[in-house]
Parts: sequence; structure tokens; C-alpha cells
Amino acid sequence: MSEFPDFLRLEIGIYVDNFVKWLMHNHGEFFDAISKGILWFLLNIEKFLLWLPWWLALVLIFIIGWRSKNLRNGLTFAFLIFIVGTFGLWDYMMMTLAIVLTSVFISLLLGIPMGIFMAYSSRLNTIMRPILDGMQTMPSFVYLIPALMLFDMGKVPAIFATTIYAIPPVLRLTDLGIRRVPKEMVEAAHSFGSSSWQTLTKVQLPQALPTIMTGINQTTMMALAMVVIASMIGAKGLGLEVLKAIQHIDIARGFEAGISIVFLAIIIDRVSQGIANRFKYPE
Amino acid sequence: MSIKVKVENLTKIFGRNPKPILAKIKKGTSKETILAETGHAVGVNNVSFEVNKGEIFVIMGLSGSGKSTLIRCLNLLNKPTEGKIFIDGENIIDYDNKQLKEFRQKKVAMVFQHFGLFTHRTVLNNVVYGLEIRGIHEEERYEIAKKTLASVGLEGWEDKYPNQLSGGMQQRVGLARALANDPDILLMDEPFSALDPLIKREMQQELLDIQSRLKKTIIFITHDINEAFKLGERVAIMKDGVIEQIDTPEEILATPKNEYIKNFVRDIDRSKILQAKNIMFKPSALVSIKDGLKIAIKEMEQSGISSIFVVDTDRKLLGLITIDDALKALKENHKLKDILIQDYFTTEPETYIQELIPMATESKYPIAVMDEENRLLGIIVRVSVLSNLV
Repeated sequence: MSEFPDFLRLEIGIYVDNFVKWLMHNHGEFFDAISKGILWFLLNIEKFLLWLPWWLALVLIFIIGWRSKNLRNGLTFAFLIFIVGTFGLWDYMMMTLAIVLTSVFISLLLGIPMGIFMAYSSRLNTIMRPILDGMQTMPSFVYLIPALMLFDMGKVPAIFATTIYAIPPVLRLTDLGIRRVPKEMVEAAHSFGSSSWQTLTKVQLPQALPTIMTGINQTTMMALAMVVIASMIGAKGLGLEVLKAIQHIDIARGFEAGISIVFLAIIIDRVSQGIANRFKYPE
Repeated sequence: MSIKVKVENLTKIFGRNPKPILAKIKKGTSKETILAETGHAVGVNNVSFEVNKGEIFVIMGLSGSGKSTLIRCLNLLNKPTEGKIFIDGENIIDYDNKQLKEFRQKKVAMVFQHFGLFTHRTVLNNVVYGLEIRGIHEEERYEIAKKTLASVGLEGWEDKYPNQLSGGMQQRVGLARALANDPDILLMDEPFSALDPLIKREMQQELLDIQSRLKKTIIFITHDINEAFKLGERVAIMKDGVIEQIDTPEEILATPKNEYIKNFVRDIDRSKILQAKNIMFKPSALVSIKDGLKIAIKEMEQSGISSIFVVDTDRKLLGLITIDDALKALKENHKLKDILIQDYFTTEPETYIQELIPMATESKYPIAVMDEENRLLGIIVRVSVLSNLV
């Protein structure tokens, strides 16, 4: 009597499996189209990043770092990616970056408008809140399963999983940013006869922008974290190097790839924070 | 005087399904009961009033009295549950979206308690906002905005951000933003409540100055009875969503309708509200210069007074004589005009009692209230100045 009774087996997995099969059977073209679109976008970014001569990339990173914060940052960033190059991981870094950029792009494309809708609709907000909570508390590689089911192995499911994992911050903070615009300010906009669109674009979004930029920063960081995990379903890049190192218990290779990810993370974080700070207006 | 705004039986109830609540209110169920039973909040309850063109109409009430709800109904930031709002004869509640936008863009502008400035825009771009929404050409709208800013004394601050300005200056920006659109009606929702007392007084004066130039129709909300009486030509006192009394400040002071208003009025500094014309009275006796000494003495004896004002045939004030001088002059065969004294205070009918107090305590003669042509309108004795202060 101490064991859990066998006959109480709830075979829910079968139904999910069936549902996905049904989805693929009936709406396969839809997922194919998405897959192709994402892939096209990703490959172009990747192609560009891999084409970029290494010295030009250093110069660009230097300029970005310098413009977004200061000269020292620019020099540090350029030095960091130079180090990654010396590890022999340059191309992997660019592949990782391409997936991050693509995922972030899709996250913003979906997340910002959805955040706006959430801010406007309390009902949507109450529906989305637990879903977002779930998305953020779920262990990240659980997302690999639906991604695999819908898109098979490869880069597209990696981007799919990364996007799902990375989208909550920008969504939440867009929602929060717009909700936090003082009521009087919105009333003022309406009192001058602004349309809803004018109120949104001229008052609410500009007011929410610093908050949204923080969301973009967090989304980017989460995308980077997820890309490493997404290497398990076929995303090439630094993550895959770490994964291989784990499989071969190759400490040297694991360290180099790992530290490269840290460098990339630092650069992406500082640059996006620097840009976010530019959107703050004098207090 | 033409009527600019006319509100008829306006009711605003907040909640999911306000319409059925109307019947309850009409039955006389109290606000508290309705809130407890149905979760609906009654903001404004069956309010009617009219505002004349060019008037400053003040709606006064404590927090929760529904005054802010009411003013937000006037530009439909709050949609009334029932009732009509006529502005220039049109019921704005019937407006469709497009008409409403045009109404808000051209006819009415609002000034907010916490300024409601767009902190991401410069001062100039804040003032430009209304014109921008109206689609005024860029060059023209900046020109108008600069002029308006200058008119509220903010020249040179155009490129600052609102948060870099003091509270008083921020509200000037709020005022300029509203005025830039050149609206007929200005809705002001406790615009000076967030300011410190000195700045507040300055802004009140500024508003009165602006009003004397522009002659807008102003609907002004406040919880401060002194402010209400200082600015308002007429004042409506609200309590629990209902207007308790609408009258001129003097009338409210003289005849408060109920205990609630009496309590309010008790706190008020009457010396800043009541003017000479409110407390003067027609002199019980008066002599004309051609009447001569004997008649003057007789008048004084009959009325039991020790001095009397002397006027000419146009009722222009010439001076004052005392009974002592008159009796002496009669003995010594002097004329009435020889003993006239000018040693009394004169004032205009619009002078506040505040300024009359020192005159009243200093002078032994009554104060003469005169119009611009020196005609005697009335007199004020010391006792009436002091008795009107309490």
C-alpha cells in the first residue's frame, strides 16, 4: 500500500502529442511559413556578422561602446571581443549574437504591442499575468519541447524557445510603463482632444520609454542566457561549444566558451543600458 | 449677460452598471447605502447650474464632494450617467467622437491640480501640444506658444523641462498650455492647491489679471473657501455630490442656506470678501450746500448725530460739518461753506473692509463712499466695519 497505485495513471502526454500532430497535419504550412521567415531573417544577420572583417567589428564595438557611454567602455568592449577572437571562438560568437538579435527583434515585435494591449485592457492583463508568471518560473529548457515538436531540430526552434523565454520582461515593462503614466497626464492629453493614437504615441509611449528600454535590456540578457541552453536543440554557437565541452569533460574548451559568453553578456548589457539611459529626460 | 454653460440634472455614478442605480438615488437612498449594497459610487447627484459668459464660477467643496467629478463631466473626461450639459446651446453629451474632439480642441481647456504637464517635453513643447493636436502649422504654433508663455511671465524658460521648474512656474506652464488654444471656457481643477501660500496668492492675482484681459468663462474648483470667495463672482458649494447653495460670496456670507455652509463661512476672513458697498448705508441725514446753517443744525438735532456730510445739488461731496462748529458759526454769522472740514476718509465702493479697518479706527467721522465723480453713495461708520468682521 505504500506505492502510488498504478491504475491511477493519467496519460495526458498522449493527448498533447496528438494535439501537436493534429496541429502539424492541419496547419503545417503555417508553421512552415513562420519557420522560413525566421530562418531568412536569421541567416541574413548571421551572414552579415560573419562577413564583417574582425578589425571592423572591433572598431564598430568600440564606437558603439563609446557613443553609448564613454571612451573607456568602448576600449574595454573592443578588448573583450578581441580576447574571444584569440580563443578561436569568433565565428561561434557571431552565430550566438545572430540568434540573440533575431530573438530580441521578434520579442520586441510581439512584446511591445502586446504590452500596450495589456496596459489598455484589465481583462487581458488578468489573463496574461499568470501566463507570464508561468513562463518566467518554468525551467528554461522545458521550452525546448514545444519548440522541437513544432519546428524540429535546428536554428528556428532555438529562436522560438529563446523568444518565448525572453519576451516576458519587455511585455511586462511595456505594460507597467504605460500604466504608470500619471492619470492627470493622460487626462490632459484627452482634454486637448487627442485621439487615442495621439495619446499613445505623443504621451504614453514617450513617458513609458525609459521603462520599456529597461525591459529591452532584460529581454536581451534573457535571450543570451537561453541561447546557450537552446544549443541543445541545434543552435550553433558558444552554447554548443559549452555543451560539447560538458559531453567530453573538456575543461579548457568549456572555460574558454564560458568566459566568452560572459564577455558577450557584459557588452550587450552595458550597451543596451547605455542606450536606455539616453531616453531618460531631466528630472 | 448670456449663458455659456448650462448644466441640467447632471448625475454621475461610477461602477459597472450605473443606470439602475439612478432609480435608487431618486428614491432618496443615501450615497453610503448605495456604495455598500451595490459597489457603485455616486460622484455627482442631480446637479444643475448655469455659468455666464466671461464669469469666474467657483465650485467649492471638500474632498469627496464630487467637485472634480463634476468638472470632468464638463469636457466629458467623465461621461455623465444622466443629465444634460449645454454649451453655447448645444448638448455636448450628444456629441459623436469627431464633434467631441473638435469641442475639446477649440472650446474648452483644462488646468490640473498636479499640473499634468508632459515631463518628456520641453516647456515650449508642452504649450504647443494643443495646437499640435489641432494640426496648426508648425511655425504658427510655435509663435503662438512663445507669445502665450511670455504672457504668463515665462519668457526664457522655453527649453527647460517641467521638472526643472518650481511648482508655481509649472502651473504657469499648465495655464499657458490651456490658454494657447484660445478656448472660450477654462476648466481649472484645484489649480493652486498644490502651491505654497505665497505663490498661491500670486497666482490668484495673476489669474484675475489674465481674466480682466481675456474675459474667458472660467469654472474653477477649490476646497479653499477663501480662494473661492476671492476669485468667484458666484460660488457653488458642494457636499456629497449635491450643490448646497449657489450665490455671490456676499450673499453666501449674509444668508448661508444651512448649518453646513454656516460652518464653512465661519472660517472665512470676511475682511477680504466684503467691500465698502456691502456695509455702507445711506446717510440718514444730508445737507445741501444751499440749505444753509440752520437747516443743517436742525437735521443733526433730529437725527441725533454730531456731524453731517454736505453735498452740492449733484450730490457731489463737498465736506463735513460738526454740530459744534455749526452752532459757533451761527453765533458768529459765518456761512456754511466757511466751516466745511475735509478731515475725513473717503473710499470707493469696491474697497475691501480689510483696508477700511485702519481708517475706521483712526477717524472720528464716518467714512464717505464715493463714486468716480465724487458723488456720495453712502457712509460707513466705525461700528459697522467692526461688526462685519465677526
